[in-house]
Amino acid sequence: MNPAEETINTTDYVEAPPAPKRTRMQEFRRTLGQNRLAGLGFIIFFLFFCCAVTGLVLTSGSKPAFDPSMVRLEEKLRPPLSKPNLKALRPDQVPVLNVYLMGTDDLGRDVFSRMLQGAWVSLTVGFVAVGISVLIGIFMGGIAGYFGQHHIKTVHILFFLCLIGGTGLIIANFTVIGTVILLLCPAYIFYSQLTRHGSTEKETPALKAMLHSNAVSVDTLIMRIVDIMLCFPSFFLILTVVALLPASIYNIMIVIGLTSWMGTTRFVRAEFLSLREQDFVAAAKALGLSTFRIIFRHIMPNAVAPVLVSATIGIASAILTEAGLSFLGFGVPPPHATWGNILSNGKNFIFDAPWLTFMPGIAILIVVLSFNLFGEGLRDILNPKLRERY
Amino acid sequence: MIDRRPTNDWPLLCVENLKVYFQSNGERARAVDGISFEVREKETVCIVGESGCGKTVSALSILGLIPTPPGEIVDGQIIFSGQNLIKLDEKEMQKIRGNHISMIFQEPLTSLNPVFTIEDQLGEAVKTHKSINAEELNRYCIQLLNDVGIPSPEQRLNDYPHQLSGGQRQRVMIAMALSCDPDLMIADEPTTALDVTVQAQILKLLRSIQQKRSMSILYISHDLGVVSAIAHRIYVMYAGIIVEQGNTDQIFRSTRHPYTQGLLASLPSLSKRGKRLYSIPGSVPNPAYKPAGCPFHPRCSHAILSCQDEFPEMCDYGEGHQARCPVLFKSKGYKGPNEMLKNTMS
Repeated sequence: MNPAEETINTTDYVEAPPAPKRTRMQEFRRTLGQNRLAGLGFIIFFLFFCCAVTGLVLTSGSKPAFDPSMVRLEEKLRPPLSKPNLKALRPDQVPVLNVYLMGTDDLGRDVFSRMLQGAWVSLTVGFVAVGISVLIGIFMGGIAGYFGQHHIKTVHILFFLCLIGGTGLIIANFTVIGTVILLLCPAYIFYSQLTRHGSTEKETPALKAMLHSNAVSVDTLIMRIVDIMLCFPSFFLILTVVALLPASIYNIMIVIGLTSWMGTTRFVRAEFLSLREQDFVAAAKALGLSTFRIIFRHIMPNAVAPVLVSATIGIASAILTEAGLSFLGFGVPPPHATWGNILSNGKNFIFDAPWLTFMPGIAILIVVLSFNLFGEGLRDILNPKLRERY
Repeated sequence: MIDRRPTNDWPLLCVENLKVYFQSNGERARAVDGISFEVREKETVCIVGESGCGKTVSALSILGLIPTPPGEIVDGQIIFSGQNLIKLDEKEMQKIRGNHISMIFQEPLTSLNPVFTIEDQLGEAVKTHKSINAEELNRYCIQLLNDVGIPSPEQRLNDYPHQLSGGQRQRVMIAMALSCDPDLMIADEPTTALDVTVQAQILKLLRSIQQKRSMSILYISHDLGVVSAIAHRIYVMYAGIIVEQGNTDQIFRSTRHPYTQGLLASLPSLSKRGKRLYSIPGSVPNPAYKPAGCPFHPRCSHAILSCQDEFPEMCDYGEGHQARCPVLFKSKGYKGPNEMLKNTMS
């Protein structure tokens, strides 16, 4: 079965030399090899990841190999690479490698162990916070970009206001009013089901027209929410929320995530606005694909490159935000170590024991830098056209 | 779900009195204003007309791809194998698109998704409409690429669209449109963006595919040269209405509408060498402000006073040849396109 040869003269073509066949993984490795800085960023990122995971294993448990909270008051503020004074310590207090790799702090705790423990916190904060913000951002941006021209009816806005307001009032102990307002919602659903089957002519047309008029487009609604969110100075918003909520690493991740999705939303919306008019989207529609599949399989991969770049920068800034919060004393509660609170402890001894501020500072610098470099490289890898340049 | 055998009285696709209007800034653009045409089984039907006369809009409305708002199908019906496509909801339309009716677009350079390999895109429609496993899909894709005449298809499967030439991309688009074995393929100016040699290859390919797969093609073009090479029957569109219809011979040899005559006269050919090329004066009217009466009368050399206020009826010349010009129908002194050309030149 080879009908092509009957009808088409294949010698019309100059046979192109076959491109070397590569899998996606090989392509990925090749690009990282070509783009030195991105490769370097990736390697550092990988090392950091290994450190964080092994650090988690080595510093947790009832008898950890590196104990970050072991206090040795006799050995406080020892410089890096100094040997422990074996005479002053009990045998179980001696550090594992028989050396303080990064010195000790004002309570004689081993800074190396504390850095290891903090690495995991930084990693999870970075990834979870950015994960939350990217998910929200892609979702909101995708809706605003693809369905932006659709309108929301006044009645739907009232419905949600009743829902939120009612719940809020019940929580604030105005139970009766809250329940009444909340009950308006099922009443409306019931009513609309009734009128759908019965005649709709009886009601006053003016009220109905007002309720069913197009209040606001989806695009306007979402983008104004974004504008409102951007108006808040987010670091102080985070400070307020963290002060109100119980201090926990998970609360911090969620709060950082919930206050940093606006940039991603704008990126994704802008990308969707231009991509949705492209011919390949029309072609996908003409092939009978569902809207869901068009959005997530055809438009999203085209829109995701700038999002990922901003996400890697977002990871860096989330780590910095966490460090900042810990530095101010609002972050992860002690005795758990993070790079931020090692730094904040160290500032009291910056002249006597500079390694307490240098070590976490340099670690943050290197990790943030590697993320940014890797993000740049990732953009090239995800875009098949840019890839050809290397 | 559908009775797949068309009955004798209905052709495969039958569009009746279709009206598609666009609303913008309070103006109502009548892009398609009551057109009727039919596509029978194993037939190539061409819709010809200048840019902006509503060809693409009519094609898109067959697939239900008119963006609403601003567009709206105001009136008419589109009967495809016994089903009115306008009445179907989105879910049912998705089963028809790609599966029973497929479409090739004008710009092969942008109609393929730049981040996917050819294999991913070719398999997409098949995966959506049929159940098929990965290995069969791969073999099927290779066979499809073979059918549309792409050399070394195994290697091309892993290429990205930007690695292919324009002609190859259009072949991939055709392969995608063929992938579910549709009954009707709509080709919206598929050769406009390609150079002439590639255009000839693509036309040859379309003809051979049509014979092999016995499907119908609705071909939309502004190029009468292309149309003469491929069409069985031709509909000439102007300003949202059909002004002349008939088979290829009738349209090219006994042209009955001044607009079609003008189009034919403005085709360049060797016999006109050294002379100034004829062009129809004026341009297509803005669909929001169409002239009353015959929409072509401001540009027509045969126009008489009644053209300004009477909408022309279809005049039957027999054997399916119809034209919307009562003036030429009544006057015995019918002039062929060449004669008309001489008159306008002098």
